[in-house]
Amino acid sequence: MSKLKELANKCEKLSFDLNFKAARKWKMEKEGRVIVGYMPIYFPREIIHAVEGLPVGILGGGDRKQIIVGDAYYQSYICHIPRGIIEMALSGHFADFDGFVFPSICDVIRNLSGMFQMSNIGKFAKYMDFPQDFSSEIGGKFYIQEMNSVLSKIKKINGVELTSTNLNNSIGLYNKNRRLIEDIYDIRQHSPWRLSAVDTYHIIRAGMVIPVEDHNIILEEVLEEIRQDIGEPMDKIKVVITGAFCEQPPVSLIRTIEMAGCYIVDDDLMLGSRWIQGDIDNTSDNPVRAISEAYINKSTFSSSVYDVGNPKSERLISLSKKRKADGIIFAAPSFCDPALLDNPIYNKACDDQKIRYINFQYHENIGQFKVIKEQVGAFSDSIKLWETDA
Amino acid sequence: MSENVKKEKSMILQKEMIGGLFKDLGNAKESGKKVVYTFVPGNLSELIRSFDMLMVYPEINALQSGMRKKSDEYIKEAEKWGHSEDVCTYVKCDIGMMLNGNIGPTGEKIPDPDLLLLSYTGCFTFLKWFENLEKLYPGVPVALLHTPYQENGEITPEMTDYMVKQLKNDVIPKMEQISGQKFNPEKLKTILQHSADTEDMIVKIFDTTKNKPSPIDAYFAGVYYIGPINIGFRGTAEATGYYKELYSEIQERVKLGLGPVTPEGEMKEEKFRLVVEGPPNWTSFREFWKLFYDMGAVIVSSSYTRVGGVYKNGFRHDPNRLLESLSEYCMGCYTNMNLKQRVDMLAQEIVDYKADGFLVNSIKSCNSFSAGQLLMMRTLEDRLGIPVGFIESDLVDPRYFSYSNIKNRLESFFQMLDQRKLISV
Repeated sequence: MSKLKELANKCEKLSFDLNFKAARKWKMEKEGRVIVGYMPIYFPREIIHAVEGLPVGILGGGDRKQIIVGDAYYQSYICHIPRGIIEMALSGHFADFDGFVFPSICDVIRNLSGMFQMSNIGKFAKYMDFPQDFSSEIGGKFYIQEMNSVLSKIKKINGVELTSTNLNNSIGLYNKNRRLIEDIYDIRQHSPWRLSAVDTYHIIRAGMVIPVEDHNIILEEVLEEIRQDIGEPMDKIKVVITGAFCEQPPVSLIRTIEMAGCYIVDDDLMLGSRWIQGDIDNTSDNPVRAISEAYINKSTFSSSVYDVGNPKSERLISLSKKRKADGIIFAAPSFCDPALLDNPIYNKACDDQKIRYINFQYHENIGQFKVIKEQVGAFSDSIKLWETDA
Repeated sequence: MSENVKKEKSMILQKEMIGGLFKDLGNAKESGKKVVYTFVPGNLSELIRSFDMLMVYPEINALQSGMRKKSDEYIKEAEKWGHSEDVCTYVKCDIGMMLNGNIGPTGEKIPDPDLLLLSYTGCFTFLKWFENLEKLYPGVPVALLHTPYQENGEITPEMTDYMVKQLKNDVIPKMEQISGQKFNPEKLKTILQHSADTEDMIVKIFDTTKNKPSPIDAYFAGVYYIGPINIGFRGTAEATGYYKELYSEIQERVKLGLGPVTPEGEMKEEKFRLVVEGPPNWTSFREFWKLFYDMGAVIVSSSYTRVGGVYKNGFRHDPNRLLESLSEYCMGCYTNMNLKQRVDMLAQEIVDYKADGFLVNSIKSCNSFSAGQLLMMRTLEDRLGIPVGFIESDLVDPRYFSYSNIKNRLESFFQMLDQRKLISV
């Protein structure tokens, strides 16, 4: 087995270990360590890392956890991810977690924070309100207060005081992490056959459940492999996938898209890991403020952020052009208001720019891919066979 | 309402107020008045009024379209435009209405907005809704007021400060620019005093359900009672006058020992007293209500009537703390409260109003309400030992109103309440 495949397999195991063994092991190694689970999309993991914590991304049970209790908590017309999360919480998967953060993304995740509070899951469950005001002195200040609120909860558990040195160090590590991930995407843009979309997904997702130091090593090893001219190009179109930033599609769906004739050259599957575009200042006397400034000025576009003044449709089209994509796939979870309410706006922008696209919906434990495969296959064929450069 | 049911003076007053509002909107171009589109929860009607601007509430348009049986075609229009069947039907109904000429309930065209005021309070979908409106009205300025959620069950000074700064930095300057008027604190002070007076009356009115029989239905009739404060009349002498008249009519009913007025006349026998969580269905509102009054069920309290403001806890707009008070109002709305606060409030109401049962009308469109309702219901059942019921419908999509299913479930629920009464006797 190639080293690249070994790395990908290791990351797959980590990504879908619903008992978070790596995180538990990390916690056991030193007294005072805490595990903080966070929901999609984005959370400033640096602040947890700086106070002897491990931020662990929680993405639900996907298609690997049978939902029994969770369905008793949610009506049929609510998306699938929260029922998987509550199922996991009530069946002990988060036993060693100290606290949970629910970043503002939608009403379902917001109310899930209340369900955790009412069910006394963890030592704290905090809904983290991200500012929709993007000025440093108003929204930025509010965001700092929100981060400080999380830090005070952790301090109550392990007594660790935040220092600028520690936080700057953490910022540096996550800066590196984002740079390495972007390097992988950049290589995949021109040579996507070197690393499949499924392997890419596993490799990046693994970073949500292990220390950033360990993840950076994996990413460097992956990069070392894919910088070499490996693999054989196939006759596929290049696509960008968007809409899948919270409830994740099953891996088989990603594979289906690839098999149906697409190279996925960018996506929003692990958007939180790539949220800040560029580096955060790690030399500041006030690094919490530096994180806030980065959120205000360097955030990517997202369905969870109000986009007045910086329309996300234009940013998506720029991304598609930057990646030299042939088309865009709008893949959104069923009943996901944020993603689905964006689609008409995105679709119109694509029409105006003559960018080809398709829409479909999924849920995290969908098991039938034939229809999607046919749809994506027809999309790919239509571009390959009938599109002209003119 | 049936022809032989006598209309109360308050009903006529309300009809005149609403008719006048839509007339003003219809004449906005001629009168030169500027128009602000905004939402009911966390609405800044006092501030808007202080600049002499008119308000349009997209979700009120949607619910009125639902009641006028227009929402079906509007929703389908929005779906043709690319919206998914899965998303909020208020949004789709509103967009469909705009695509069809934006004709309001009086048959007149609702004027285009001069300002889109996004008071993002308690509902994430509001953000998405206004992103869509912004595309439909390109070039119209947008003011955003982000209301922090009461995640820890409290309003902190920092949260208020964040909101006040947004008001000063973005919302008020945009209103000044659009209206051509300077912000006038004295004028706003007078308006807020009217609001506080109105809010006193609202609390008194909804508190009359402590009587047995309850003189009002706090859900089906309650949505009419909150109409004036939720469509921009809060802060006016007219509203205070309306609520004083309504209160005196209700007091008269209490004196005479009368039950609520229904579309078919006075409810003769109060058999069950319920607290209801969740918005009503608007497309089959009458049929829905009838299922209750036919069974002698009266709603003594509902969370939905607090969606535009919670006043029972003592909150009042404060003329001496203008912007702080507006901010705290926004943060205090029902859907901006965390689940624990909601449950505590509902539990208190069940006790205060001596309810026999608790019912959830779970709305397919509204995750802000619906996500967590099943846990809330079980928590109340455990805490109070009260029978609970659960039905599902939608706001304005008639495809999600199944009369037979709802009727079956309600009949079972009422049978359970009957049994419980027999046991307790």
